[in-house]
Amino acid sequence: MARELQLMKGNEAIARAMIASGTDGYFGYPITPQSEVMETLMAEKPWETTGMTVLQAESEVASINMVYGGAATGKKVATSSSSPGISLMQEGLTYLAGAEIPCLVVNVMRGGPGLGTIQPSQSDYFQSTKGGGHGDYQLYTLAPASVQEMYDFVFDAWDIAFKYRNPVLILSDGAIGQCMEKLYTRDYIPRWTEEERRKNAPWGTWGKPATRDHNIITSLELDSARQEVFNHKLQAKYAEMKEKEVRYEMLNCEDADYIIVAYGSSSRIAMKAMQMAREKGIKVGLFRLITLFPFPTKQLAEVAAHVKGILCVEMSAGQMSEDRALRPLRRYHPHSRRGPGGS
Amino acid sequence: MNQDIEARKQELLKEGYEEVYTRTKVLTDAVMHYCPGCGHGTTHRLIAEVIDEMGIQDNVVGVSPVGCSVLAYNYFDVDFQEAAHGRAPAVATAIKRLNPDTFVFTYQGDGDLAAIGTAETIHAANRGENMTMIFVNNGIYGMTGGQMAPTTLVGMRSATTPYGRRVDLNGYPLRMTELLSTLPGTYYVTRQSVQNPAAVRKAKAAIRKAFENQRR
Amino acid sequence: MAFKGQIIIDTERCKGCGVCVPVCPMKCIALSKNVNGKGYNYTETVNDSCIGCASCAMVCPDGVISVYKKKI
Repeated sequence: MARELQLMKGNEAIARAMIASGTDGYFGYPITPQSEVMETLMAEKPWETTGMTVLQAESEVASINMVYGGAATGKKVATSSSSPGISLMQEGLTYLAGAEIPCLVVNVMRGGPGLGTIQPSQSDYFQSTKGGGHGDYQLYTLAPASVQEMYDFVFDAWDIAFKYRNPVLILSDGAIGQCMEKLYTRDYIPRWTEEERRKNAPWGTWGKPATRDHNIITSLELDSARQEVFNHKLQAKYAEMKEKEVRYEMLNCEDADYIIVAYGSSSRIAMKAMQMAREKGIKVGLFRLITLFPFPTKQLAEVAAHVKGILCVEMSAGQMSEDRALRPLRRYHPHSRRGPGGS
Repeated sequence: MNQDIEARKQELLKEGYEEVYTRTKVLTDAVMHYCPGCGHGTTHRLIAEVIDEMGIQDNVVGVSPVGCSVLAYNYFDVDFQEAAHGRAPAVATAIKRLNPDTFVFTYQGDGDLAAIGTAETIHAANRGENMTMIFVNNGIYGMTGGQMAPTTLVGMRSATTPYGRRVDLNGYPLRMTELLSTLPGTYYVTRQSVQNPAAVRKAKAAIRKAFENQRR
Repeated sequence: MAFKGQIIIDTERCKGCGVCVPVCPMKCIALSKNVNGKGYNYTETVNDSCIGCASCAMVCPDGVISVYKKKI
């Protein structure tokens, strides 16, 4: 599995990246437009090569709780779904965040609300970046804009997840999931050995040796004072992410009179719009968000200070434009081009 | 650990007494929060004794539910996970699949296993997951104050059936053991009680068998 | 063959549920009139007829009873 050029779907890229990044387990449930993730895994049979476990669960609720169980043993465990399925997973996600379990969840967004449509959308922005379930928690949220990023971000996700003991969400959409593009694959990173697991996840539950206390994975704390202390600790963790793990891309922002702010497949459309504007002599730049949480507020504000106008482009009714993370930009009067999901 | 008690134990051993029974070290010293006389304590003890006798304390992971036994992880000196309500079988499925040599068990009440978690229970059993599920049925939601559970008997009073469970209103109690016994994926299913010494001994033998079945 | 038994009760952990009392074949345990630190009427032995059968320990939810016996 050396680095080579291939042509594949975004969903397939997710599956192949999971295998190549040494993922230990995948638990999922079919839903359009991301079913190719599990289909690819089942066809690849990684349990015969890398030893990765793949299981089709009875529901999204079960899949996310399987992620909880497996990941809490200190292994790299992932799931994927699309918007309605991700809604079902919110309970599991808040437990994962509350118990500080590293894991990877991929959301290939489709239009809502309700059963909505199977067409691409970006209307899960709030759900993804503001917690989603109950309680004060955050998911580290990556927004890929290409099949290559679908692939690469799986590798990046494991680093962040275990560094911060936090779930990582790859927030994609039906367009990126379904489109086929060229992709450079990476060399296979072997799954962790038993020693590596114990070193990288000393908090994991794999059987208590006589040399340590029993490890407990729980999100329950009946003592409210201690729960408050824990919540402050979580917030400190998120603050550190905001400080150190923000990712974004700036295109033609140096001399721009106007900038477009976008992420995911909207940023691909925005990129084309930028080129067309430049051809007409309008100096447009693109500020592409890669992490939606943490949001690159500071970096965006720096760019915004030198431009005449800002345009937020997204496939939702304006969730990103409304985000409090954009508040520092308010004095630059940003405009928003909103296209509710599925349109 | 109470010093006086330890001293008296040593005294008796010196006097030629042999130890017939003492609390297993697989249970922690924490005082269980269960109501006086509750079978949860006895069931905890039996599981801990089985783990002790099988010598698998360093290779077992338990999963506690939501309900009275949500804090079970404080009482077993083994690695433990606390699952969301009803999801313990899904959680345990992944623990076992990713750690096939580890003994895995769930500990669940009737609200957890037979109401909110029925789907997870049935599918885990039907997939033939190589794990042990301990289902503690008291016919009631204990932790939340005695509301009707799926296993509440017809006519039985509870906080939400103050005049007794009515079939026309609440349907029938769910017979989980019988239901699971019909699934081809279930390897061993038995119903036991902890109400008297003979029943406790039988229940312990059943738990032992359920754990032994996990050996590959 | 007969046995003489002895039980040691961790009275501070006992919750006074009384489950052990009716299962004793020798009727040698009862709930005390005194209470422990938590306010429970704990279990105590009331005579020395214990045969070390461990029935009490078997049913004790809190595992507070240790049982010893020797041949006599």
